[in-house]
Amino acid sequence: MIAEHLPVLQILIPLIAAPICVLLRNRHLVFPFATLVSWMTCAVSVVLLQRIMMGESISYELGGWPSLWGIEYRLDPLSGFVLLVISAVASLVLPFGRELLLREVPTEKHYLFYSAFLLCMTGLLGITITGDFFNVFVFLEISSLSAYVLIAMGKDRRALTAAYRYLIMGTIGSTFILIGIGLVYMMTGTLNMAELTERLHRQVEVQNRIITVIESRTVLAAFAFLTVGISIKLALFPLHVWLPNAYTYAPSMVSAFLASTATKVSFYLLLRVIFTIFGVQFAFHDMSLNQVLMILGLMAVFVGSAVAVYQENVKGLLAYSSVAQIGYLVLAVSFATGNDEGSVLGLSAGIVHLFNHAMIKGSLFLTMGCVMWRVGSTDLKDMKGLAKSMPWTMAAFVIGGLNLIGVPLTSGFISKWYLILAALEKGMIPVAAAALLSSLIAVMYVWRVVEVVYSSSPADETVGSKQQEAPWSMLVPMWIMIGASLIFGTLSRFPMEVARRAAEVLLQTGS
Amino acid sequence: MMLLGLYNYWIAIVLMMTGFYTVISRGNLIKKLIGLNIFQVSVFLLYISMGKVEDGTAPIVLAGSSQGQELRSELPSPGSSAAPIGQSKENLSAGAELADTNEIRPRGNPENLSVTTPSSQRYSNPLPHVLILTAIVVGVATTSVGLALIVRIKEAYGTIEDEEILQEDAQS
Repeated sequence: MIAEHLPVLQILIPLIAAPICVLLRNRHLVFPFATLVSWMTCAVSVVLLQRIMMGESISYELGGWPSLWGIEYRLDPLSGFVLLVISAVASLVLPFGRELLLREVPTEKHYLFYSAFLLCMTGLLGITITGDFFNVFVFLEISSLSAYVLIAMGKDRRALTAAYRYLIMGTIGSTFILIGIGLVYMMTGTLNMAELTERLHRQVEVQNRIITVIESRTVLAAFAFLTVGISIKLALFPLHVWLPNAYTYAPSMVSAFLASTATKVSFYLLLRVIFTIFGVQFAFHDMSLNQVLMILGLMAVFVGSAVAVYQENVKGLLAYSSVAQIGYLVLAVSFATGNDEGSVLGLSAGIVHLFNHAMIKGSLFLTMGCVMWRVGSTDLKDMKGLAKSMPWTMAAFVIGGLNLIGVPLTSGFISKWYLILAALEKGMIPVAAAALLSSLIAVMYVWRVVEVVYSSSPADETVGSKQQEAPWSMLVPMWIMIGASLIFGTLSRFPMEVARRAAEVLLQTGS
Repeated sequence: MMLLGLYNYWIAIVLMMTGFYTVISRGNLIKKLIGLNIFQVSVFLLYISMGKVEDGTAPIVLAGSSQGQELRSELPSPGSSAAPIGQSKENLSAGAELADTNEIRPRGNPENLSVTTPSSQRYSNPLPHVLILTAIVVGVATTSVGLALIVRIKEAYGTIEDEEILQEDAQS
């Protein structure tokens, strides 16, 4: 009986837990409660993904209203995969953050922190699972508002201005999405995504000419608003300006969580809009969005990586590297122009990179969390010779860095391999070369950190103190994440299989 | 004539651009937030305009006309009626709602409807109003979070001017 309600439980568990956190108040109670909730959510998403991969199609009608009138939750391989990423990252980051939070956030605010964290998670999960277009906006705002609050809890006062900038840009982005949803609703009279697709491609007669609904100017405007709005949320270059400061000054566990989930969910939304709602034919062939995405993706890769090289704060460096990695994601999508092998390869490269990058960037930000806990700063100049006192943390950083570069046997390699394979399949050799070239820039910024950490002599203060390495409660989640990125690098069957299925489903519905 | 007839959409666009320009051009954090609010409100207008149906009244089921349950089952299925060929001529070009929303009216017992005038059988589409109610709540929440952040920024920096904040950051 529970089994059939799992889709709604996925959302309800964290949603109801959030106010309970506020009621509990005591941080010794709130922490285990929130962690338990995240584990339960993770278990639910594992079961759901399993059921999807068995070939079951899951659709849940909220309150028993037929999906045309009410809200429908609908799961396909892609949404199941993203749900798993979000809940798995949350269930690792929460236990990690316990010690760290004591040093980064005043203790009297902890229960509010956990509550906002769970709300943010609810929002992200909700965007992924819902099949109702307006519901996407509601969940988007739930996740964004709680993300602003979480970022503003950072120790540095620049966290406040970063959160404010994110709020302004994020609200503009989601209002654009709202306008887009409204315009699409005007033309079709439905909000259900599956129904929307069908009606957008229906033919109508206007002034004695027969056109499809999707060709009308209102839908074109809707498409423009949706794309720009989602690009802001995705931090696609040149709309990325909110991201670096937000990730740099947020509490470290928030950076880790948002970096590995928030932009990924926006990416998911982009895929939904392009492939499920408007369709490849319209978005890529009629509107040539793929060319725009390819150019912006390449620029993001190069500019993001190049700026990352010059960052003095390692969290800032990782944030700019995120901008570059989003470029890879978008680049992969731009290959998916049809139903041929190259398209499927490109799209599955994007989806598998979504998964891999969530683990890589998550674990890298977790290592910075350990540094923050130990040193109290993530400036490069404060990290001199840190590898001697924190060998485990820094080893994790090196492995994460290798992942970012895409060295063989790491999961970063898998994503880049399929990306380049897709580029070659499509006959775009310059793009493949550019993707390889940009890895060299990644070598530069990773090496900068590694050099400072391993070869310079430690600053005086770090030598004297007794406690050297970060505590177990932080090391274990961090190494689980890093280990996962290695395991899925060598045994890439599971993520590739899911990604491929997801890509095939998207391209089928889209064309 | 068409331009005048769509004046509510024009107002929405003018407001939208005013708000957007304010957000971009002002350096004062409060003014930015005010601009953001105007921007959001314009979208509320857009949604409410699209729910309007010519000659439509408030979407209230009149006494005895039908039960909610019946009504739901008897509504024209959106799947079958979205803009079939030959309808919705001006609607498409005018960007107004599709013809099928005009058709939504209670079809319970015809006798019971006799109390209503013919024109009141047309409903305005209530759904956009409901949607925008949610968006208004979201707008209120955004504004309050924004204002709370501004208070904290004022405490931390002693100013709410964008340029002065940047200077302070550059110094520290």
